[in-house]
Amino acid sequence: MSENRGAAVRFESVQKSYDGETLVVKNLNLDIARGEFLTMLGPSGSGKTTCLMMLAGFEPATHGEIFLNDRPINNVPPHKRGIGMVFQNYALFPHMTVAENLAFPLQVRGMDKAEQEKKVKRALEMVELGSFGARRPAQLSGGQQQRVAVARALVFDPELVLMDEPLGALDKQLREQMQYEIKHIHENLGVTIVYVTHDQTEALTMSDRVAVFNDGVIQQLSAPDVLYEEPQNSFVAQFIGENNKLTGEVTEVNGKECRVRLPDGTELVADAVNISGVGGKTTISLRPERIEVIPTDQHQNQVEGLVEELIYLGDHIRVRMKVAGNDEFIVKVRNRGERWDLKKGQMHKIGWAAKDCKALDAVA
Amino acid sequence: MSSTTTDTSSNAMPDDGVVRAADGTPLKKRLARALRREKLRSLMLIAPLLIFIVLTFIAPIADMLFRSVENNIVEDTIPLTVEALADWDPASDELPGEPVFAALHADLLIAVEERIHTRLGSRLNYESSGMSGLFRKTGRRVKRMDEGDYTAQFIEADEDWGDLETWRVIKRFSPPYTPGYFLNAVDAEQTSEGLQLKPENERIYLTLFNRTIVMSLAITVSCLLLGFPIAYLLAHLPLRTSNMLMILVLLPFWTSLLVRTSAWKVLLQQQGVINDFLVWIGLIDDTNRLVMINNQTGTIIAMTHILLPFMILPLFSVMKTIAPYYVRAAKSLGANDWTAFWRVYFPQTIPGIGAGAILVFILSIGYYITPELVGGTSGIFISNRIAYHISSSLNWGLAAALGTILLGLVLLLFYVYDKIVGIDNVKLG
Repeated sequence: MSENRGAAVRFESVQKSYDGETLVVKNLNLDIARGEFLTMLGPSGSGKTTCLMMLAGFEPATHGEIFLNDRPINNVPPHKRGIGMVFQNYALFPHMTVAENLAFPLQVRGMDKAEQEKKVKRALEMVELGSFGARRPAQLSGGQQQRVAVARALVFDPELVLMDEPLGALDKQLREQMQYEIKHIHENLGVTIVYVTHDQTEALTMSDRVAVFNDGVIQQLSAPDVLYEEPQNSFVAQFIGENNKLTGEVTEVNGKECRVRLPDGTELVADAVNISGVGGKTTISLRPERIEVIPTDQHQNQVEGLVEELIYLGDHIRVRMKVAGNDEFIVKVRNRGERWDLKKGQMHKIGWAAKDCKALDAVA
Repeated sequence: MSSTTTDTSSNAMPDDGVVRAADGTPLKKRLARALRREKLRSLMLIAPLLIFIVLTFIAPIADMLFRSVENNIVEDTIPLTVEALADWDPASDELPGEPVFAALHADLLIAVEERIHTRLGSRLNYESSGMSGLFRKTGRRVKRMDEGDYTAQFIEADEDWGDLETWRVIKRFSPPYTPGYFLNAVDAEQTSEGLQLKPENERIYLTLFNRTIVMSLAITVSCLLLGFPIAYLLAHLPLRTSNMLMILVLLPFWTSLLVRTSAWKVLLQQQGVINDFLVWIGLIDDTNRLVMINNQTGTIIAMTHILLPFMILPLFSVMKTIAPYYVRAAKSLGANDWTAFWRVYFPQTIPGIGAGAILVFILSIGYYITPELVGGTSGIFISNRIAYHISSSLNWGLAAALGTILLGLVLLLFYVYDKIVGIDNVKLG
């Protein structure tokens, strides 16, 4: 595993069980490069937070080894790991002022007073809270508390910072603003960040790579654009972005492409990404914005659908159709200023290219 | 250069800064009227409890407070004597004149008839021993006295009537209100030489107050030391286990206080379980059995046991609210287990410690039954003395004075605590 030399964090066949009966994390192998912003994304109960807690040292791994800078840390207590952490509820100490909170990690490291003050001041300025040092956490707004928490996790210059759904408690606007701020801090400081969230927008906005967790297994580990464009399985396709799904049977495999017959007899050409072969069940994943309402010859797949609902959303119109028995089929029509004769209750022809629909594993 | 402006406002309300409702009445008044019904209704709802508390709690306390200074008995029993004594100077070296003795004779005739002279004797006996006997003896003779020269006849009946001190006591306690009980309660007395502390060997109340406070503090501290780890366990163990533990903590609550105290007697006495065990394992000699009961040790042990839940419960409820991520955060920031506990966890439990400490201290400072049963003579509290004066010596005035001082002391401590810790920092849950 020479290629893994120099990874900031490495999980090597890590397993975790709380009750000795079920595995919460199943055989996790993951390398996180130095300076990388890696997000663990997944629904609740998918094992992502458990992975973070094992990395921080609050949960022991049941099996396997975790390396920090090529050093095994299974037996290193949390306070000796030197990992900064931002908690979901900030976990700012309520009985200390903001400055005392920031000075805490420096004090326990025995740093001298003058140095402490300098660092605290710099950290507060980094998060633009220079004048808030004397306040108590309770006197700050949610967003300000969040910034203090970030500053505290960074003030002692850790190489690795863990963030456990840190923006979960903020409202939408503030959350978006903080996403950019955290991203910028990451770019400026070059620290490695492992970020846990269940919010896919957050993951796509901030990360270098995203690890999609489900059922204790990493379903896909890719850059955000790859994750969206080339999902490896149905779960990822469903979880990331909006997605139409059609189930059918593979009738023919032709190199990168395959033909799929839907239950109503419609034949589609799709990109064969994750199929079991001819005769196997498959789920076709198709992004709503890749569907054309005025199909041309480039669109190998052309089907008729019943328009069930039209929702005008300004920049696009959302059309819900019934296609091949699926009445949750969504088409996003970009608003180019033209007018279409789409009407509720009408049959309409739509089409899409073979490369835009992915034949993935069948979902149970 | 003055410009006239026309009043454009449609309503001619005075512009005095008072916010007004649409009809011109001040808004505050309007609001108060609107809320009055609500207030009346809530007052009606709490009325039964309020009346109950006033009748059974506030009124008796007020009555007891009043008893600590009330002293009508002298004036009511021997009114003529009190009046005649008004001219007598207690600092002089002369006995009161014949008119005073004549008045006393007249007063006592009535008092003996009504059989109230012995009560006065008992009352004055608190201040100067011998008074009770003096009045009883004189009471038997007073009917047989002849008219004229009462001075000689009284002195013949009991020579104490010839003692200046007797008259000084009567004179001093003639007014309807007296500080005498309070002075007694702090081991002081009003003598002819002025206010001074009683002789060393007669002082008991100061010692008792001091002991009550010191022992209550000791009980509070030992409750805290024992209760803190248990509360911590309760708050951090899995729910099933902690519920079980909680039942164990509450079990003493459901057992009679007397039973528990008697159990301690069985355990702690010299022929008791603990001593037997220590002798058996050879830790102590059979002749040197430990004295753990009927002294301060017994009181502290038994009361710590009884008051422990009052420390654990507030501590537990506060610890329950301290999220586990604080300690985790501290550790992730580089603090070891002890630092994380001491710098981050412990400060957040202070409201619970405050509440528990106040509760235990105030309960123990007024505790009666346990010190009475296991305290012996060296382990009793001021409350035991109060009970003695209420039920045995019947010196209710002194009991009331002691009680008032105790109440004042608790309030004072409460105030000091509020100044230092802040009462809004106290959490019971």
